[in-house]
Amino acid sequence: MARSSKPAAQGLFQRLSGWTPQLVLVPTLLAAFVYVVVFSLWTLWISISQSTLLPNMAYGGFGEYAALWQSKRWIVAYQNLFLFGTLYVLGSLIVGTLLAILIDQRVKFESVWRTIFLYPLAISFIVTGTVWRWIFHPQTGVERALNDLGWISAQFDWITDRDMALYVVVFTGIWHASGFAMALVLAGLRSVDSDLIKAAQIDGASMARTYRRVVLPTIWPIFVAVTVVLLQFAIKTYDLVVALTQGGPGVATTVPAIVVYDLMFQRGQIAQGAAAAVMILVALALVLVPYLIWSIWRDKQGKRTHG
Amino acid sequence: MAEVSHQAYDPLATGSKTQQARSRGIVYVLLTFFALLYLSPLLIIFMNTFRPLDEIVREGFISVPDSLSLKYWGEAWGSFCIGGTCEGVSRYFSNTLLMTIPATIFSTALGLVNGYALSKWRFKCDAWVFGLITLGVFLPAQMTLLPWAFVLGQIGLSNTIMGLVLVHTVQGTSFTTLFCRNYFVAVPDDLIKAARIDGAGFWRIFRRIMLPLSPPIVIVCVIWQFTGIWNEFLFGTVFTSGENQPITAAIVAFSGSGTGERHYNVEAASVIFAALPPLFIYVLGGKYFVRGLTSGAVK
Repeated sequence: MARSSKPAAQGLFQRLSGWTPQLVLVPTLLAAFVYVVVFSLWTLWISISQSTLLPNMAYGGFGEYAALWQSKRWIVAYQNLFLFGTLYVLGSLIVGTLLAILIDQRVKFESVWRTIFLYPLAISFIVTGTVWRWIFHPQTGVERALNDLGWISAQFDWITDRDMALYVVVFTGIWHASGFAMALVLAGLRSVDSDLIKAAQIDGASMARTYRRVVLPTIWPIFVAVTVVLLQFAIKTYDLVVALTQGGPGVATTVPAIVVYDLMFQRGQIAQGAAAAVMILVALALVLVPYLIWSIWRDKQGKRTHG
Repeated sequence: MAEVSHQAYDPLATGSKTQQARSRGIVYVLLTFFALLYLSPLLIIFMNTFRPLDEIVREGFISVPDSLSLKYWGEAWGSFCIGGTCEGVSRYFSNTLLMTIPATIFSTALGLVNGYALSKWRFKCDAWVFGLITLGVFLPAQMTLLPWAFVLGQIGLSNTIMGLVLVHTVQGTSFTTLFCRNYFVAVPDDLIKAARIDGAGFWRIFRRIMLPLSPPIVIVCVIWQFTGIWNEFLFGTVFTSGENQPITAAIVAFSGSGTGERHYNVEAASVIFAALPPLFIYVLGGKYFVRGLTSGAVK
């Protein structure tokens, strides 16, 4: 008995150890499945259920989506997302590219400059938003300083102005993210074949022209990647607005993620909150799915041309 | 890639000497302007942590200080009242630390093993497994808030730091698996094959070949996870309340409330406390921070 059981146990052990790679992945796979698939379907179901303050999983139809798209607050939030997203991505790309080009000029203390431009990315949106709120607020910030300097009529109250507050969010967002664009564009600039640039300079092209016509066009895939990542940030933006303006004044700087939180945890409209969350997922998919298809297509093209 | 500092060409080395000097001057003026724009907000707030409150109220944040004192730092750390409890920001600081350190360790360890299994042990559907795990990177947190709240309630972890550790570990493992898999893919397969012929199994190869190669990617994961989890706000504010909140939620709790007297100097010191650990990590491992950023973004 003892003799025969040993090889059997060994056999089982060996068979099991052949499965180790798969077994190791089981916990993460299970977690990822629950997290990605189950949780998404769950939220999707809540959005079409009869839930209000408490979950009620009986089917309730798509009424909450209709109600959401009829609420003024949500429309404003979505419009804000478009305006904020566009300006935030463009601004970060422009400032980031400019900084990358400046650093690319064989400047002294390159790593010091880079560290300075990138550090906002290490601190939280909460800290960023709180700090800039103090700076932008007319009572404590720039307006106050200008007044005390003797310019008594100076006015700088964008943060409390319904029409201008969103631009404060855009500015702060760019301050936070342009270092990210800089790091990626700089990596791109360094990867450009220097013969290409020499050739352009021998042809007598000025520096600005060399960058515009030769260098930047060759690294356009990097601009696409940065745009996609920043759009993702923009769609998920929440903390920054909470710390900076809390969505106000009024609803002037409300973004979709703030509406989700309010509906779910402040107003007890769980189903409508879930519907808003699904709309955020849809917005994200509209950005990411085309990008994914495009990158796969590009990979294939690359393989074909390189044999 | 980003840390390459050598260059084969000098774009400014065209035109006459005076022209060159002038363009070089413009470059440094612009760099200095932006550097001031990036540094000044935090420096201004830092300066105000030493100023008495009445002075800030009278003159605002942006003015030359008349008198300086260190006591507001102590107040912020130990006795500042946030949401009814007067224990200062230290309580929330340690909450965040207790949440960040375990979640960083767990997610990095899991990511290492997952990345190794996915990149070096081919099996059916491994691409699908990898795809599912990476989808976790992109899923907006809003889609998971209600299910998490329910699950945490069911397992008795709602309003606990342990609950946040769980949430961040599950979410963070997506990132670390992505990082590690892309890193380990570059390890030559022949190395693994040779080891297998010598009779080494899964864990032996992991210990003897992969682990010694992994310090760079471990540093990237640790920095990325630590700063990301330390700075996180939404999960913290939804899944915990009062004394159990992380520091980001505590800052919003005191600075967001419009009522009551403001304690700008103490609040400023609290904000600096919240900013210091990730800044410290960033300055220490900036190179790896950039590497994580680029690989996280492009892949």
